[in-house]
Amino acid sequence: MFEELLNGVEEMNVQLDNALRFHQTALNLRAQRQEVIAANIANADTPNFKARDIEFGSALSGALQGRVGRPIALSTTSARHLNASGVATSPQLMYRGEEQSSVDGNTVNMDTERASFAENAVHYEASLTFISGMLKTMQQAVAG
Amino acid sequence: MSMLNVFNIAGSALNAQSVRLNTTASNMANAESAVGADGLPYKAKQVVFQAVQMGPSGQGVRVQQVVESAAPGRMAYDPKSPAANAEGYVTMSNVDVVEEMVNMISASRAYQTNAEVMTTAKTLMQRTIALGQG
Repeated sequence: MFEELLNGVEEMNVQLDNALRFHQTALNLRAQRQEVIAANIANADTPNFKARDIEFGSALSGALQGRVGRPIALSTTSARHLNASGVATSPQLMYRGEEQSSVDGNTVNMDTERASFAENAVHYEASLTFISGMLKTMQQAVAG
Repeated sequence: MSMLNVFNIAGSALNAQSVRLNTTASNMANAESAVGADGLPYKAKQVVFQAVQMGPSGQGVRVQQVVESAAPGRMAYDPKSPAANAEGYVTMSNVDVVEEMVNMISASRAYQTNAEVMTTAKTLMQRTIALGQG
């Protein structure tokens, strides 16, 4: 009897986790992207700094498929190849395309960065709204 | 916590930009100085920024060094000055006031932008903390 109850609770927890997983992952990625763009803005005057960004769509699908946080090994085709493994802790950072080159080798375009920063902040808030909406729905379902 | 790191990154930029503003202020104040602290004509100072790794995916900024401009000093004709040479010219500082003004505006804009970044990050964090309340 008690075990059945415990299993039921566990199952419900898994369901709650699954319901929130998508927006939780998106929120985490948005926070990471915010950090990357903040770094670009901070280094707008640093010589030879190259602006970077996360490609959100592919990063999100990668994170949802569990490619981030799982061990990755080098694929070997010969027994004499070196073995190495690691864990991808963050989505792949890509360099932003350069619009106008500057003498000091810096590729930060302040307008682009500010626009991306604002856009990302709005998306972050949207994810928060989605999550709080889901939480409200669940509370309503529980309270009846 | 990526969001908290935004504060570190933007904070490092605020710090670096205020150092830049300080050097600009020093240069502007000494634009007419014929003699600096070392007894020689004042040399304009410029900061050199460098990116520093902060957290796994963020890079902050710091002032790597402050370099002195190697431009020749302005020659002013003032035969009555004790610092005048045989022809009556005094070597003034090598500060380019127009360049310093441009530098000041650029530094102050960058400072404002990074302060805005901090405000946005703070708002987002507060919204996150308030998640599920009301």
